[in-house]
Amino acid sequence: MRRRTLREGQGERMATKLKSVDVVTVGVGLTGTILAKELADAGLKVVGLERGGWRDTHPDFEMPYVHDELRYARRHELMQDLSRDTLTFRNAVGDTALPMRQMGSFLPGEGVGGAAVHWNGVTWRFLPWDFETRSRTLARYGAGQLSEDCTSQDWGVTYDNLEPHFDRFEHLYGICGKAGNLKGQIQPGGNPFEGPRAREYPNPPMKTSHVGAVYGKAAKELGYHPFPAPSANMTRPYTNPYGATLGACVYCGYCERFGCEMGAKASPQTTVLPVLMKNPNYELRTLARVIRVNLDSEKKRAVSVTYVDSRGREIEQPADLVLLTSYVFSNVRLMLLSGIGKPYDPVTNTGVVGRNYAYQTTGNVAAFFEDRIFNQFMGAGALSMMIDDLDGDNFDHSGLGFIGGGWVGAASSGARPIDFHPVPPGTPRWGGEWKKAVAKYYNRAFGITTHGACQSYRGNYLDLDPTYRDAYGLPLLRMTFDFRQNEYRMSDYITKKAAEIAKAAGASRVSVSPRTGKYSIVPYQSTHNTGGAAMGADPKTSAVNKYLQSWDVPNVFVIGASAFPQNGGYNPTGTVGALTFHALEAIKARYLKQPEPLA
Amino acid sequence: MSETKNRREFLKSAAALGAAIPASTLAAEPKAEHGAHKAPARAAAASRPYMFLSQAEVAFLDAAVSHLIPKDELGPGAKEAGVTYFIDQQLFGGYGTMAKKYTQGPWPEGTPQQGYQSPLTPSGVYRAGIRDTNAYCQKTYGKTFDALSRQQQEEVLKGLDGGKIELEQVRSPFFFNMLLNNTIEGFFADPVYGGNRDKAGWKLVGFPGVAAVYTPFIEKHNVPYRAQPVSIGDITGKIAQVDEHGHAIHVMLDDKTGA
Amino acid sequence: MATKLKSVDVVTIGVGLTGTILAQELASTGLKVVGIERGRWRDTDPDFAMPGVHDELKYVRHKELMQDLSKETITFRNNAAELALPMRQLGSFLPGEGVGGAAVHWGGLTWRFLPWDFETKTKTLERYGPKQVSEECTMQDWGVSYEELEPHFNRFEYLYGVSGKAGNLNGRIVPGGNPFEGARSQEYPNPPLKTTYASALFARAAQSMGYKPFPVPTSANSRAYRNEYGATIGACVYCGYCQFFACEMGAKASPQTTVLPALMKNPNYELRTLCNVVRINLDSEKKRAVSVTYVDSRGREFEQPAELILLTSYVLNNTRLMLLSGIGKPYDPTTGTGVVGRNYAYQTPSSVTLFFEDKNFNSFMGAGGLGLAIDEFNGDNFDHSGLGFIGGGFMQAGSNGARPIEFHPVPQGTPRWGSEFKKAVAKYYNRAFSITIQGACQSYRGNYLDLDPTYRDAYGLPLLRMTFDRRENETKMSEWLTNKAAEIAKAIGPSKMNVNPRRGKYTIVPYQSTHNTGGTVMGADPNSSVVNKYLQSWDVHNLFVIGAGNFPQNGGYNPTGTVGALTYQALEAIKTKYLKKPGALV
Repeated sequence: MRRRTLREGQGERMATKLKSVDVVTVGVGLTGTILAKELADAGLKVVGLERGGWRDTHPDFEMPYVHDELRYARRHELMQDLSRDTLTFRNAVGDTALPMRQMGSFLPGEGVGGAAVHWNGVTWRFLPWDFETRSRTLARYGAGQLSEDCTSQDWGVTYDNLEPHFDRFEHLYGICGKAGNLKGQIQPGGNPFEGPRAREYPNPPMKTSHVGAVYGKAAKELGYHPFPAPSANMTRPYTNPYGATLGACVYCGYCERFGCEMGAKASPQTTVLPVLMKNPNYELRTLARVIRVNLDSEKKRAVSVTYVDSRGREIEQPADLVLLTSYVFSNVRLMLLSGIGKPYDPVTNTGVVGRNYAYQTTGNVAAFFEDRIFNQFMGAGALSMMIDDLDGDNFDHSGLGFIGGGWVGAASSGARPIDFHPVPPGTPRWGGEWKKAVAKYYNRAFGITTHGACQSYRGNYLDLDPTYRDAYGLPLLRMTFDFRQNEYRMSDYITKKAAEIAKAAGASRVSVSPRTGKYSIVPYQSTHNTGGAAMGADPKTSAVNKYLQSWDVPNVFVIGASAFPQNGGYNPTGTVGALTFHALEAIKARYLKQPEPLA
Repeated sequence: MSETKNRREFLKSAAALGAAIPASTLAAEPKAEHGAHKAPARAAAASRPYMFLSQAEVAFLDAAVSHLIPKDELGPGAKEAGVTYFIDQQLFGGYGTMAKKYTQGPWPEGTPQQGYQSPLTPSGVYRAGIRDTNAYCQKTYGKTFDALSRQQQEEVLKGLDGGKIELEQVRSPFFFNMLLNNTIEGFFADPVYGGNRDKAGWKLVGFPGVAAVYTPFIEKHNVPYRAQPVSIGDITGKIAQVDEHGHAIHVMLDDKTGA
Repeated sequence: MATKLKSVDVVTIGVGLTGTILAQELASTGLKVVGIERGRWRDTDPDFAMPGVHDELKYVRHKELMQDLSKETITFRNNAAELALPMRQLGSFLPGEGVGGAAVHWGGLTWRFLPWDFETKTKTLERYGPKQVSEECTMQDWGVSYEELEPHFNRFEYLYGVSGKAGNLNGRIVPGGNPFEGARSQEYPNPPLKTTYASALFARAAQSMGYKPFPVPTSANSRAYRNEYGATIGACVYCGYCQFFACEMGAKASPQTTVLPALMKNPNYELRTLCNVVRINLDSEKKRAVSVTYVDSRGREFEQPAELILLTSYVLNNTRLMLLSGIGKPYDPTTGTGVVGRNYAYQTPSSVTLFFEDKNFNSFMGAGGLGLAIDEFNGDNFDHSGLGFIGGGFMQAGSNGARPIEFHPVPQGTPRWGSEFKKAVAKYYNRAFSITIQGACQSYRGNYLDLDPTYRDAYGLPLLRMTFDRRENETKMSEWLTNKAAEIAKAIGPSKMNVNPRRGKYTIVPYQSTHNTGGTVMGADPNSSVVNKYLQSWDVHNLFVIGAGNFPQNGGYNPTGTVGALTYQALEAIKTKYLKKPGALV
C-alpha cells in the first residue's frame, strides 16, 4: 500500500492507496446493487462503497420492533444521519440558505439499500409524453404554454428505447399489477394511458381495499379509468430472475418508512443482495464515506475515489469505471466537489451540474364519511386505486395555462395514528372537540392524493453552500427551489377534480388542499427529488448523455433520478430502474469493449 | 383462496426467509457464509423490549458480560443484573449518539493521549465490534460468539482485550474497553437505567445508593454501616421513606450500626 | 448583522465564581451590570433536588453539569511536533457550563497558596540557583505578594463559609492547623468537618512520623452559615455525592448558595443565559474595548456596548476570547515572544491506595474536601537541594464518597474483569482508601494555548489548542512525593498497597483535576504577562481578566481559594482606583 501525503502544514494527513479495481459504485442502493450484480457477473472486480451500515431483513426488520411508528416514521431511524451531512435550502437566489436540521419534506436513505429499503413500492413507467415533454408541448400547444424561465426539456431517449429496460426492472422487482396496454392493445382493468408494454406484469395486482373500491366506483361513474397502482409489495411469493425469493405481503400497514419483516417489499435486500453477496467478484465496504472522485491532470478521466472509513482513515480506491449511485443529492454534490462537469450558474444560465432540479407537486383531498368503516390500519405501501386521466398530456391543456398533471389516487397504506388522524375542516387543532373528531373519523376518512408533476426552471438548482459544512469539513449541497405558477395552476386543477370524485363517492365532508404558497422544507411531501445531473442529447443543457455517462469524464456514470430533466406525475423509481438497465446495456455491450464516449 | 392454499403460501414465504443471506461486510476479508439463517426465534428471555440491539447482539453481549462480571457465590453477575439491557438503553439514547460530544471531522488516529477519535459513535462501535467479532469466531471456530464454549469465549475476550485479535471496522481494544466500561456502569449505576437489577451491584459491595444523612455515623470509626440500598426509583415510587430533604431513611440490615 | 443594544457600565463574560462576586459588588455601587452566560440557569431548587441528583451515571459518567462539547471543545497535543486533535469527550478536566460554572460541581477544597508560591522564581534562584530548574522552565513571580492578598483571601473565605482550622494567626503558629500556611488575620468562619476513619488513621501515622496533620479547608460548610450577602449556606450531611454533583442541601458553597440570592434581587443586575460571547470588540486603535458580541438562544447576534468588560469565563475560554478578539500579542513558542496563551500549566496528582483485611471505612460516606492533610512536602517547605526538582504538594487522606462505578479499588495485579476481579471489588470496596497528593506543575516554553488551524466550534470559530506535557521536574517531584506518602501508608499497616506516582506522557483521557492554569498570566512585566497585578489587561485598559488563567504556574494546592483572593484584589482596584480614574493602573 503506497502512502501519499495529501496536505501540507501543521500535521499531514495521508490517504492509503489501495490496489485498483475495475468498478466502484459510490452508494449501495437500488441502482448500485443492480449495476454491481451485473458487472460482477460479467467478470469484473466491483467494489461497493456505502456511507451507512449493513442492514437486512434479519435481524434489522424483525417483529415486533420494526412496527414502531415513533422510531421509524417520526425519528427516521432508517434514514440519513443529518448530524454528519445535510443540505441547505432557500426558495430563491437572494435568500440565505440555511441547513435542513431535521427531516421533513423528503427522506433520503442511508445504509445498504438506501431509500429503497423504506420506500412504499409504487412503481411506474413514465409516459411516452414525459420523455419528450418540450417537443410535444411545443407541437401541441405552442411556445406560449411554457413560461419563459421553464427549462423542461426532452430526455434524449424515448419510451420505446426504454421499454425493454422497464420490463427487466419490473421483473427483477416482481412488480404486481395489471397491464393496460399490451403491445398496443388496451387491456381492461389496467392503465389505458400507459405506454405499450411487451408483456404482463410478473405478479397479479394487489387486493382492493374498501377505500379503493369506494374511490374506484366514484371515479368510474365520473368517466375516469381506475386501476390498481403497480406495486413492489408482493402479492404472492416470488423468485426473480436473479434467484432471490420475496415473501408475500400481509397488508400489515407498516410499509413506507419501515423495513419489511416479510421480505415482501422489493428492495436491494430482497431482490439482489442475496445473490450479489455470494459473488466473489464483489466486495462491499460499509461505513465508508466517499468524499471525492479524483481526476487525472486533464480532468478527463476519473482515476480513483477517496473515502473515509469507520476508523477515520482516508483511503484512495483506484478504479477504471466509477458509477455514482448515491441518490440525487450526493451524486450532484460529488460532481461539484470533484470538478466533474461545469457547475450551473443561474445568473448567466451557463453550466450544467446542478441545473434542472425539480420535485413533486402534491395536493390532497380528505374525504370524511359518516356511514363507512375503512379499517385504515390495514394496507400496503403501494396499495392504491389510481386514475391516470389527469396525468401528463392525457387531457387537453388548451387554455388552462399549465402543462403536466399527475396520478390521482386513494391509498390504503396503513394509518398509524401519530401521523394519521384526519379531522374535518374547521375542527380545532386540540382540545375536547378535536379528540372527539379524531376518534370518530380515524376509521371513516381517506385521502386522495394528486401527485402532480414539476417542471424545471432557471432559478431552481443545486450548488455548494458558501457557509455550512458537513462533519468532514466539506461544503454542504445548497438547494434553491420553489414552485411556479405552472405548478400551482396544475395542482389547483387536478385537486379540484379529485374533490369531485370524493363528493361523488358520498363523502359527508371534504377538505380540499391543492399545493399553494412557497415551497417549505418542513412538512413531508415526497422523496421525489429529481435533476441536477440531467440527461440529454445536448451537452450544453445536460450533464450526462442518454446512457448517463458524463459528457466530461467518460469513465464516470451518474445514475439515479438526478438524470431526470424535469419530473413527471409519477413516482420515479420505475423509471430510475429502466435508466439503470439502459445504461447497463450500453456499458456491457459497448463501453467495456471500447471505453470511450458513447454518445 | 382456500385455507390450505393460504397456509401453503404463507409457509412458502416463511421458508423464503430462511434462505441464506451472507452477512459479511468486512473489507479485504473473504466473505464468510453464515449458513442457514433461521427465522427469528421467539425472544424467550427478554421480558423488556430491546430498542437498539438485535436478538443476535443481545446473545453476544449476554455471553460477553457474563465473563466480565460473572455470577458466583457472591451473587449475580453482569448478565443477571441486566447489563445487556442497560447497554441497549444507553446506545439508544444520547450516549449512543454522542449527543453532547464533539463529532466533527477529520479523524486522524491520534495518540493514545488524545483519547476518543473514532468517527463512529458508541452505537456504531458496538454494531461494528459485535459483527466483526462474530465474523472472527465464525472463521476460527465455525460458530458465533454466543455459541462457543465458555473456554472459547474467554479466549476471545482476552484476545480482544489485548488487541491480539484484530478487527477491521473498529480497533479491538477500543471496542473491548468501551464494553468493559459500560459493563461496570451497568452493574453499578442506579437501577433506573435498566441495569443493576435488584441492586445486585450495590449489594455486592455494600453501597447504600442515593444516600442518607450520615452526620451521626461518620465518626463511628470501624463500625460497618449496613443498610438496605435505596435507589432513585424507590424514592419516586414511594417505596422508601425520606426525610424533609429527600434523603433516604435507611432500613438497616443489622443492628450493629447503632443510631 | 448584530443588533446593537444600549450601553451598560459593566459586562461580565461568564457567570461563575468570579463573575458573580464582581457583579454583586459593582452592581451594589450603582453600576449597571450585565452578566452573559453561555449555559442555562440552574439552582438548588429544583435542579439539584433529591433523589435525581444522586445519580452517579448521570453526573459523573455523563457529566450532566459540565460543558457540552458538541458546541465547543479544545484540541490537544503533547508537543508542537504532533497534530492536535479534538477532545471529543470530557476526561482529564471538567469545565463547567451554566450559571455558577464549575463552582457548582467542584470538590470544595479552598486553600491559600503559600507565600513562596507568589515568588517562586525569586525564592528558587535565591535558595538553589538557576540549575535547580530546566532551561525551558518559564516560572516567574506573580507581581503580587501573599501579604497583599491576605485580606482578600480572608474576605473570600468568609463569603464561602470555609470550614477549617487556622494554623498561623497573625504570625502565631496554632496547633491543629497548617503550620506552613501564610499568616492569616482571622480564624476560619466555620469549624472543620468531622474526621473519618481513614483520615484518623492517616493523621495518626503522620503524627508518629513527626508531621503535623490538619483538616483540609473546604467550602462544604460544617454548619448552617450566613455570609455577608445574607445568603445562608446549609450544613453538610456527608452524603458522599459532592465533587461532580451539585448539593441538594445547599451546603456546598457556590455562586448559587453564596451570591446569587442577593445578586438576582439587585435591580442594577441583568442576567442573560444561553448567550455565547463570540468576540470582544475593540476601537480602531485597539486600546479600548467597546462592546461584546454574543449569539443568543434564538441564534440572533447582539452587540452589547459597555464601559468596563470583565473576562470571567474560565481559564480556557478567557484565553480563547482574547485570541479571537485580537487582544494582546499571541504567544509564539518558537520565538518565545508574545504573551496570550503563554505559561499554561496543570496539576500533577498522584496517590497511594491502601488495602485492609480487617477494617471498614464506610467509604460511601464523605464530603468534598473531607480529610486530614499534611503540608510538609508542599512548595519550598522542605529542602530541595540535590533532588532535581522544585515544588511539591499537600497530601491528604479522607473521603469524598465512594460511588461504585468510579470507585472500586483492587490491589495491583488483580485482573481487570472476571471472577477474581469481582471478588476483589466486593472485598475491598469498604476496606480501602487512598492518600492523594496534589503536586504542583511549573510552566515551560513548550506548554501553551493557541488557536487550532483545523477544527472549529458550532459557531464556526477556531477551537482553542492546548499543547502540554509534564517535564522531568514534575515526574521527579511526583515520584519523590509519592514515596513519602508510601512511607506514611506503610506506617498505617495495610495488607496491600498500590503506589501510583504520576508518570509518562500527559493524557487527556483519565480524570486528573480541573486545575488548568495560565494563558493570561499576571505579572509586573508586560513582556511576560498579559495582565498586571490588578488583573487589568496591559493592552486594553478597560478589560480585566480574572481566573486561574492569571497563575504564572500552578502550586501544590487546588486553585479556587487563590482565584477568590485575586477576584477581590481586582475588585478593590476597580472600586477604589479604576472607577474614579479609568486608565492604566500600573
